[in-house]
Amino acid sequence: MFQVNFLEQYCKGCGLCVHFCPKNIIVLAQYTNDQGYNPATINDMTKCTGCALCARMCPHVVIEIVEGGAA
Amino acid sequence: MAKKGYMRPPTLLQKPWHFCPGCNHGIAHRLVAEVIDEMGLQNQTVGVGSVGCGVFSYEYFNFDGIGPSHGRSPAVATGVKRVLPDRLVFTYQGDGDLAAIGTTEMVHCAVRGENITIIFINNTLYGMTGGQMAPTTLMGQVTTTSPRGRGREQGLPFRVCEMLATAEGAAYVARVALFNPAQVNRAKKAIRRAFETQMAGLGFSMVEMLSACPTNWGLSPLEALKYVEEKMVPTYPLGEFKVPEGVK
Repeated sequence: MFQVNFLEQYCKGCGLCVHFCPKNIIVLAQYTNDQGYNPATINDMTKCTGCALCARMCPHVVIEIVEGGAA
Repeated sequence: MAKKGYMRPPTLLQKPWHFCPGCNHGIAHRLVAEVIDEMGLQNQTVGVGSVGCGVFSYEYFNFDGIGPSHGRSPAVATGVKRVLPDRLVFTYQGDGDLAAIGTTEMVHCAVRGENITIIFINNTLYGMTGGQMAPTTLMGQVTTTSPRGRGREQGLPFRVCEMLATAEGAAYVARVALFNPAQVNRAKKAIRRAFETQMAGLGFSMVEMLSACPTNWGLSPLEALKYVEEKMVPTYPLGEFKVPEGVK
């Protein structure tokens, strides 16, 4: 079980994590963050395998992945 | 108890970046910070910035940084390294800074075999000033100063790695890209090898990273990564051009 934390205040909504997620569970949120971008988020955390491809490709170092997080 | 997974590297300061959405500078910054953390060199690193989109690198890294004049980063890094030979000294430069304005400094730094590392971000144009043509611009590529595409009369693309690999003083020269996770992992390995080359005192090292600039290319972040893969890589072939013995 993994917990993916999005540091939303850094996110600029470029969507690279959305594309590179092999499970296609990342989406851009409907709301905007303080910088005016739609931050990336995950609705169904149970499908996450913790592969960290999203974090590898994130240009703004938004994504942190914790194993065995709040399940 | 929660086990640590993938975290923001401690060498990066907790602040939002000025980079555009989808800019690969952020990935490059993170890789440098990760390698420095893994090697445990945070307290003995001096970063030398540049002028261009990488100009605020000292604002984002949690170690000492210097902001030199345009293109003169290798000269400043030479001075720092000669005074403090036990430090990890690297420059972080774009292609406008390194391949155009700072060509002299870059070439002679490699020829002298200065024991520093250059992290070279190649995005084929001057990003910060609005996307003007650089020596690294691809043939036919449209920029604000080559609106009909770069033609023969504007010269041909400049391959920095191939040139510096011919210098005897250069110990490690590699070109990597950042267009997918596998390439990002390779890029990280190249940075690690470059820093190891320097800490072993083997000579000059450079890592060139093909980087996307979605804003000035007029593409979406994803299209820009495809552009790197399909258009840039044929002109700038990836690989390690020079690897010293003793660095695995």
